[in-house]
Amino acid sequence: MLFKRNPNGIDLPFPSEITPRGVFESRRSFIKQLALGSIGGTSLLEMTSREVFAQSATVQKLSTKANGIYLVSEKATSYKDATTYNNFYEFGTDKSDPALHAHKLKPRPWSVSIEGEVKKPMALDLDALLKLAPLEERIYRLRCVEGWSMVIPWIGYPLSELLKKVEPNGNAKYIEFTSLADKKQMPGVNSSVLSWPYVEGLRLDEANHPLALLTLGMYGEVLPNQNGAPVRIVLPWKYGFKSAKSIVKIRLTKDQPRTAWNIAAPQEYGFYSNVNPGVDHPRWSQATERRIGEDGFLVKKRKTMLFNGYSDVASLYAGMDLKKFF
Amino acid sequence: MVSPKQISAIKAALFVAALLPLIRLVTFGFTERLGANPIEFITRNTGDWTLYFLCSTLAITPLRRLSKWNWLVKLRRMLGLFCFFYAALHFTTFLWFDHFFDLDEMLKDVVKRPFITVGFIAFILLIPLAVTSTNGMVKRLGGNRWQWLHRTIYVIAPLGIMHFWWMKAGKHDFAQPTLFAVILGVLLLLRVYWKFAKEKQQ
Repeated sequence: MLFKRNPNGIDLPFPSEITPRGVFESRRSFIKQLALGSIGGTSLLEMTSREVFAQSATVQKLSTKANGIYLVSEKATSYKDATTYNNFYEFGTDKSDPALHAHKLKPRPWSVSIEGEVKKPMALDLDALLKLAPLEERIYRLRCVEGWSMVIPWIGYPLSELLKKVEPNGNAKYIEFTSLADKKQMPGVNSSVLSWPYVEGLRLDEANHPLALLTLGMYGEVLPNQNGAPVRIVLPWKYGFKSAKSIVKIRLTKDQPRTAWNIAAPQEYGFYSNVNPGVDHPRWSQATERRIGEDGFLVKKRKTMLFNGYSDVASLYAGMDLKKFF
Repeated sequence: MVSPKQISAIKAALFVAALLPLIRLVTFGFTERLGANPIEFITRNTGDWTLYFLCSTLAITPLRRLSKWNWLVKLRRMLGLFCFFYAALHFTTFLWFDHFFDLDEMLKDVVKRPFITVGFIAFILLIPLAVTSTNGMVKRLGGNRWQWLHRTIYVIAPLGIMHFWWMKAGKHDFAQPTLFAVILGVLLLLRVYWKFAKEKQQ
């Protein structure tokens, strides 16, 4: 099998052995900040932590089996950074906005309808989604189109498991993800920065690639709201914005879906948006990236890898001009 | 009338106040409050403060005319120099953290990306203004020539806004650049209006 190997060839601890410590450490720092907050008044940062803390104190743990194939040798990003530095425009355009406002989102009850070119259209609630296939923990690199990156232990199962259930018909060539756009729960939807709801999409063969993860949790727990609760997609070889969050609808289509960022700025955000150091964003280079929590004052930015290092996906794009289909 | 003593006190207070954004950044740096991406925080913050000081500097003349407080002009040089100071910090973060002092790489970036080109030109154009800000330089150049040179600010200011505008363009987030553009537009249009009004009188 093509994918039954560790691409780095390095033995690593199982993700389940790493992550609880990360969660533990982040909790300790939240508790510390809580204590500081009660003495020194409430600052923005402390409020953020409190939101996160309030959420993670009551969250449901997810039990998983570690996926021994999709591991990376890099250190996982701290839980705090991964939950306070997010692009999730439904909650505001600033990267601190999601952590501040995402508590308004109600991830339960939730339902995802799967429709379009499928033999068995269906609507699945969260419990049905959690039970659909065995949950795996996978540590993926995340590369944002803005030039920064993280390493995150996600929990989910391959999107292909869901597709098997709904049975795409012969017309199905693409898949379209629609995110929730509810002004009551998502203050950012009142702004006109993007045309709501947020829509993302893939070619069907991309969606069936084993790396494409239907994601329900991270760091051993259900997804925090600001990270796309309760269900999102994670596509580690593409820029982060391709991985739609808080999904309410999945549609199989004949034609290529029109995606939110592509509508907003087609010359800057292509349909494919595969991580590619050789194709610059018009306003900045994609050759390097800054790993959050690591690269910075004294360490140079690191080199970005083609497909974010997930070279297994290259066969999906054989013969395609990646500069044209960026 | 404001006495020279009062002017000195105001200037001292302004000097300390103008350093507060830097002190805040340094404090945040040592207490780990710059967020997940400290360099982005510093870059944006120093850029913002450059624009705040640019607007403040350009606000002096209109304020002075409207309020008849002529002493305000005595604060203008300091505000202008702080604009340059934060622009220099902003540029340094770019050169240091984005390119690790690799001048070659930096210049490639400057040439390739219009939003950086524009910001870079604005910064370069600020240098002669900062250098000629002393009384000695005013004398050496002569009032007229000095004034002509310093009118470069009317080119620099729109370049600064354009730099910010294009930076935000990819995110479709024009609220802040629009606000800066409106403020600067008003400050510049007031000057045009006064000039025409004066010519009409003559």
